[in-house]
Amino acid sequence: MTAAPKLKEMAEAFSARVLSRDVRIMEVCGTHTTEFFRTGVKDIFPARLSLVDGPGCPVCVTQNEYLDRAIEIGKVHGAIIATFGDMIKVPSSYSSLGREKAEGMRVEVVYSPVDAVDLAEQNPGSQVMFLSVGFETTAPAEAIAVRTARERSIKNFSILCGNKVTVPAVRALLDAREVNIDGFILPGHVSAIIGVNAWKFIADEYKKPCVVVGFENHDLIRGTQMLLDLIESGRPELLNEYTRVVRDGGNLKAQEIMYEVFDTVDTEWRGIGVIPGSGLALKSGFAEFDAQKKFPVTPPPPKEHPGCRCGDLLRGLIIPTDCPLFGRACTPERAVGPCMVSTEGPCSAYYKYGRK
Amino acid sequence: MCLAIPMEIIEIKGHRATASAYGVNRQVDITMTPDVIVGDKVIIHAGFVIEKLDPQAAREIEEAWSQYNAVMDEEELKKQINEC
Repeated sequence: MTAAPKLKEMAEAFSARVLSRDVRIMEVCGTHTTEFFRTGVKDIFPARLSLVDGPGCPVCVTQNEYLDRAIEIGKVHGAIIATFGDMIKVPSSYSSLGREKAEGMRVEVVYSPVDAVDLAEQNPGSQVMFLSVGFETTAPAEAIAVRTARERSIKNFSILCGNKVTVPAVRALLDAREVNIDGFILPGHVSAIIGVNAWKFIADEYKKPCVVVGFENHDLIRGTQMLLDLIESGRPELLNEYTRVVRDGGNLKAQEIMYEVFDTVDTEWRGIGVIPGSGLALKSGFAEFDAQKKFPVTPPPPKEHPGCRCGDLLRGLIIPTDCPLFGRACTPERAVGPCMVSTEGPCSAYYKYGRK
Repeated sequence: MCLAIPMEIIEIKGHRATASAYGVNRQVDITMTPDVIVGDKVIIHAGFVIEKLDPQAAREIEEAWSQYNAVMDEEELKKQINEC
């Protein structure tokens, strides 16, 4: 049996690493954004290494129009809104779910999409709409919730589909060529679903090294070391640091369930624009659970806060502290943009852990 | 939020299971991983088991975690489990 990683030795070797040039790496996953800070691994980065945040926080990349529509459905159709807790404080164009709840809208936080199906069953006289937001890690769970509602003949449950898939977004970032990235830290749990091989194009077509990485402190150190090894030796390859969880082909059962319920569609990402094939929509056979079809509304025209730079941040063009609103007009208590309020948002991570 | 902490399956009833870590039990759904058995270490996301851990790697990781826990507040770990 291999010896367990000795964190202290790993951390010292990492911190002391001498890089031959400035190196910029991007983490694609919102949890990595936070964990690099929370674990302190970012504090021991070797000199000349910098981390650029990618579009990996599902709440952050959700357009205002989505929340505007959810709130309008709550107002016009009186639907109970069931949501993950992260969405509550996110500003919409004119309000937030938290504000609407305070003013009487029924907004319920659930931990699992299936809890929203239970909520519908417990409230047969009301419509329950689940805000289905998330990447490939979450989408199979949301697909199972839809299947469960059908199996249990629950007619008062629907989802407002805002799901996105990550691979086309990373491709779009690479195609845009706006940011000079030397390599990618790839998401551990998205990859648990889609598999390591889904990322092969980054190395093969764009000649960029990349590593699938787990979320524990030794994963972050070891994964970053593996990526630096590839970068420094000029090898554009794809490696998997998180072998204890992530398989080459991913979780085939989860993929099967996801694509039984959802089709891929073009969708818009905050700051990036419309990315072909990057969204999920319910298949026509599940249309009865599609809140957008079930509850027609005309939300007010969406608007962004003029000073908010979440869009530039999600493209890797700036870091949170470059935004003039950061920590002044925009704080976790009074957030202007979603990147400050989501637990996976880069601004939230910088605010909580990164201010020296 | 993706949770790093592996949990152990302690009971299975149909597609529902009980997972445990640090004295915290969670009800989880195993539809995506129908071959899990009691004793497996698993990763949970949004109330679902999304993958089980390779058993040998899981043992190695436990030792790494014990080093981490030595400096980490156990209440914080429980909070992370409850938030997932």
